[in-house]
Amino acid sequence: MNFLLINFFLISLLLITTFFIFKSTSLIGIVALTGAFTLLCSAIYVNLDAVDVAFTEAAVGSGISTILMVMAAAKLPEGKKNKLINLFPSIILAISISLVLILIISNLPLLGDPNAPIHLHVVPEYIKESKDFFHIPNVVTNILASYRGFDTLGETIVIFTAGLGVIVLLTSNTLNRKTKFKNKEKK
Amino acid sequence: MIFFLTLSILGISVFMCLVRAIKGPTPFDRILSISSIGTIIAIGISVHGFAFNRPDFVDISLMYVLLNFLGTIAILRYYKIKNKKTNVI
Repeated sequence: MNFLLINFFLISLLLITTFFIFKSTSLIGIVALTGAFTLLCSAIYVNLDAVDVAFTEAAVGSGISTILMVMAAAKLPEGKKNKLINLFPSIILAISISLVLILIISNLPLLGDPNAPIHLHVVPEYIKESKDFFHIPNVVTNILASYRGFDTLGETIVIFTAGLGVIVLLTSNTLNRKTKFKNKEKK
Repeated sequence: MIFFLTLSILGISVFMCLVRAIKGPTPFDRILSISSIGTIIAIGISVHGFAFNRPDFVDISLMYVLLNFLGTIAILRYYKIKNKKTNVI
């Protein structure tokens, strides 16, 4: 019951945030509200007991993508306002996609249903065997680090590359300043 | 019980911060409110762990606080760059 109440509250906050992301006109306000959106999303994931997903959401959504959006906004020319284009086709597209998604939701298994297909395929084996195989007490860590080790290695490389890109974006400005300073000294 | 009381108070404060982030006339109001939303959600995650008898999530909330700090610094740096270009906030 408490779980459902928390979920309801967080999702209603998400709805409010989304509405004002669409309504807002200042770029930096949109970026800030998107940061709030990802934080609320990761809170929902923690409430659903998907802590690893929440971890990734916080690292990529709140950390890296906020910085990327801010740096992109800094490069844009100032004082230009977007003209409102014809909204009619996009509204029809959004409504049809949301109808399809709602139709799909009715076919999904319930939350925490033990007879859902994903809980019947290989998960019982993992829960039974993994501790004797690899001697790691946590099953999720076991799957991520042992059974799907190469997959996790690839993901780690992707996240490392994203971090490198952010570092390059953040330091390029200061590098320019330093070279300008050196040029002035030479003159 | 006290954990759920704390969670509801934290929820009200998240809502108030969100109102400030939406209304906020200057961008600095928005930055302040977003960073405080991050802090409140980090506290909320640790309280949530204690409320549902799984207090292993405290390290995750620590990482949230660190990432939140990173985003705040990025937005403030944006204003530094913009100031140099135009001398107007």
